[in-house]
Amino acid sequence: MLWAIFALLTGLAIFAVLWPLAKPLAKETSPDVAFYRAKLDEIARDAELAAISPQDAEAAKTEAARQLLAAAEKDQAATKPTRPNPWRPRIAALLALVFIPALGLGLYGALGHPNWPDEPLEARLNAPAASLDINAAIARVEAHLAQHPEDGRGYEVLVPAYLHLGRMQDAVHAAQMALQKLGVTPERLTAYGETLVFANNGMVNEAARKQFEQAIAKGPEPKALFYLGLAASQEGDKASARQYWEKLLAQSPPNAPWRSDLEGRLAVLSNQNASPDQAGAIAALPPAEQQAAIHAMVDRLAARLAENGQDIEGWLKLVRAYKVMNEIDKARAALATARHDFNADPAAKARIDALARELGLDS
Amino acid sequence: MIVETGHFALVLALALAFVNACVPLWGVVSRDDRLMQVAPSVALAGFFLVVISYAALIYAHLTSDFSLVNVVENSHSTKPLLYKITGVWGDHEGSMLLWVLILSLFGAAVAVSGRAMPRDIHAAVLAVQSWIGAAFLLFILLTSNPFARIANPPMDGMGLNPLLQDPGLAIHPPLLYLGYVGLSITFSFAAAALICGRIDAVWARLVRPWILIAWIFLTLGIAMGSYWAYYTLGWGGFWFWDPVENASLMPWLAATALLHSTTVMEKREALKVWTIFLAILAFSLSLIGTFIVRSGVLTSVHAFANDPRRGVFILAILVFFIGGALLLFALRANSLKPGGFFAPISREGALVLNNLVLSTCCATVFIGTLYPLALEALTGAKISVGPPFFNATFVPLFLPLCLLMPIAQTLAWKRGDLLGSLQRLFFAFACGLGVMLLLVALRGGPAISILLAGLAIYTILGAFSDLATRIFRRAALLKGSQVFANAFGLPRSAYGTALAHAGIGLTLLGLAGVGWGAQKILTMKPGDVAQVGPYEIVLESIGPQTGPDYTATAAHMAVRSGGAEIAELDPAVRYYPVRQMSRAEAAIKTVDFGQIYLGISKGEAAGTVDARLYWKPLVTLIWFGAIVMALGGLCSLSDRRLRIGVARRVRRIAVAPQAAE
Repeated sequence: MLWAIFALLTGLAIFAVLWPLAKPLAKETSPDVAFYRAKLDEIARDAELAAISPQDAEAAKTEAARQLLAAAEKDQAATKPTRPNPWRPRIAALLALVFIPALGLGLYGALGHPNWPDEPLEARLNAPAASLDINAAIARVEAHLAQHPEDGRGYEVLVPAYLHLGRMQDAVHAAQMALQKLGVTPERLTAYGETLVFANNGMVNEAARKQFEQAIAKGPEPKALFYLGLAASQEGDKASARQYWEKLLAQSPPNAPWRSDLEGRLAVLSNQNASPDQAGAIAALPPAEQQAAIHAMVDRLAARLAENGQDIEGWLKLVRAYKVMNEIDKARAALATARHDFNADPAAKARIDALARELGLDS
Repeated sequence: MIVETGHFALVLALALAFVNACVPLWGVVSRDDRLMQVAPSVALAGFFLVVISYAALIYAHLTSDFSLVNVVENSHSTKPLLYKITGVWGDHEGSMLLWVLILSLFGAAVAVSGRAMPRDIHAAVLAVQSWIGAAFLLFILLTSNPFARIANPPMDGMGLNPLLQDPGLAIHPPLLYLGYVGLSITFSFAAAALICGRIDAVWARLVRPWILIAWIFLTLGIAMGSYWAYYTLGWGGFWFWDPVENASLMPWLAATALLHSTTVMEKREALKVWTIFLAILAFSLSLIGTFIVRSGVLTSVHAFANDPRRGVFILAILVFFIGGALLLFALRANSLKPGGFFAPISREGALVLNNLVLSTCCATVFIGTLYPLALEALTGAKISVGPPFFNATFVPLFLPLCLLMPIAQTLAWKRGDLLGSLQRLFFAFACGLGVMLLLVALRGGPAISILLAGLAIYTILGAFSDLATRIFRRAALLKGSQVFANAFGLPRSAYGTALAHAGIGLTLLGLAGVGWGAQKILTMKPGDVAQVGPYEIVLESIGPQTGPDYTATAAHMAVRSGGAEIAELDPAVRYYPVRQMSRAEAAIKTVDFGQIYLGISKGEAAGTVDARLYWKPLVTLIWFGAIVMALGGLCSLSDRRLRIGVARRVRRIAVAPQAAE
């Protein structure tokens, strides 16, 4: 189709050259003579209308007539019949036939992209979803929103897409718009808060925390609990973090996909409990209570590991704790269980063996 | 497919331009009518191809086809429809294509109006026109191709410069280009005259409408550009002696001179060499203007293109055409027969004086514009030549010209009667003087405004005094109905002259008004009141506004005069996020011929705006005058009659039967 149009245009261009070469000559007029004739007529007309005085008309006529004579003379000299050379039009025609397509196609070939279709924006936006890349999809939704700014669902759809592309500020804006347009629900508050967290490199800032707090005030929202816990843990408030996460764990159905992750996090919290901050708290207690607190802590760790044994750090910590508490049997038992649990994991097993050697529990 | 068709059509147009640049010239040289006959048909076909190409580019902009570099760089999907279209010629590539479109439009117009022309002139004009077309098509295709594509089109473009998102831009460049490029036809006529060795009254008659068309569009284009700068730049200035403005003023001065010298040539077969030279000069100046604006040698509000490769290419075009034409001129000018001689005090003498003064004006603008550029190129020193230079050079040349204008209009051809002319102008002169005295009594100053106003009144009345004497003089001798017959019998070109000269007077009056204006620049908060000239301006509120592709802070202001509110205006400052640019949107209220002009920018403290408030009496007359000038041109253009020069043999007070402009 494109080449047909090109051929048609090229044909038209060549025709524009060939046709006048072939058509009979227009009769030669002598415009100079005509000009002065017209001038004489004009003077006569003016004189008749009395727009010009008779003397003036006479003077003008004389001058025009003089010029007419000169022009006619020159004309005769100029239109001295010359014998038309039949070869000139033929050479011109041949040159046109060769030159026009050669330059046209040659230069176009160097500059153009005949295989590239038009890409009108609307067609690109309406392309079937499968062939749409994410940028086009986003642009399509954006265009829709420009037309229907009240459609909050559009914003809701855009949030994950923006996040995917790393357009964090756009994502935050979209989530905020979705919240405004669609109404406040725990889910949307949480989604907005979550986007804020992503935009803030994973840190839960004050603005985000407010969203989560509002969300849980309005109804059960597991994700919000999780982020509140995260916020607390980021701030070093392990107790609150544990509180939120344990509450979440209690609410979660047994097959909830986030369970294991959450338990892992709780375990990390517990491990950290043994060290600096909580250790400091324990050190502040009177000696008898110190002992009890440590025992309670170790028991908690043991209980957790009994539920979920896939925490190598937890096991190592437990073994070390039993050894410190001089409960060698318990340490040996924990070591055995850990070895059993991590039988399939050589790296973990190597660490367990190394600890056993270090603590002298192997013999 | 449409885009690529447009691209191919452009390449094909280049091929046709090459053909048309050679074959008809071969015909002229070998006196072969068949070869000459090729010119009009190829010119029409070339025009058709450029139209296809331009339509394809508009289509690409309309559909936001971001596979074109040009669309990506200058458009945005949220841009309003009007600016999607006007944006096509708002950018470098599109405006060069518009240049070529108008060039080929003029070519096509010459092609179809060839019946009255000698065949060799017709063919040679079209051939020269094709040389120009080929040069610019090559320039477009090689350095500024609007059809350049991107393999992976982005989803949106970079938007158009907010300064250009204005209805004024829809018409300013096309008008100006019609003027610039219209001069290419006179250039082609001059070159054709030199090639064919025919320079006579017939030639002058043939070229007259083309000069008029170019001059009309150039006048309107300059006025439009000035008004656009006035209301979009937000500072209320209408002429900055900016190099880009000067670039359009120089061809205008040359075209005005040319317009007057061809009259002499048509009537008296004199000033031939000079007229040809002016025709070459006028187009050379518009090429220089194109070079200044398009090459990026200067950075100002207009110069939105910047690429040294382009600059060198345009410079090459410039040297080729100006050099080529001047060479042709040097070779042929000696063979031109000088025309009739004439006395210094005559219509011709006055027109020669006009030509001298206008050329000198043009030269001063040329020096003021190019000297800083040349100095920077040679020594690297940056100097700026601004209003003080032009006020000291251009103005003292131009104002006396206005004084002479009515006198020249009343002088007769061949032998004039200076005393008689002055007598006839007594009324106009007295009125001008009277107005000046009245203004001194009422206003007391400033002197320059009073002087200008007096001159303006004299110019306006003087422009019509010749017409008046010619209409009423006979009527006094004959019966009353003869007045109408006389008025009817006068050639329209005489009315055209009067209108155009009166237009200059109106513009002068507008300029005089500048001295009586008032301005205030201050920070305002809601509730503040400012007194500007006779008006009281109250800032009522400040609020946000949203547009399709911008957000704005708008101030709501009420204008009061003597306690009564006469207008509510909302000047704003707009922010265009796509380009991250701000632009002031002035609010204007026209009162009689003056304007209340309010502009704002964001204030430093929250809840305030920095306001620029102006009262500009008579300011609209500046542009209104230009419109009247253009109307005069149109009136003269509509006069299809031939001009009859009458040589007066006897000294009399009677008036020449026909005047020229």
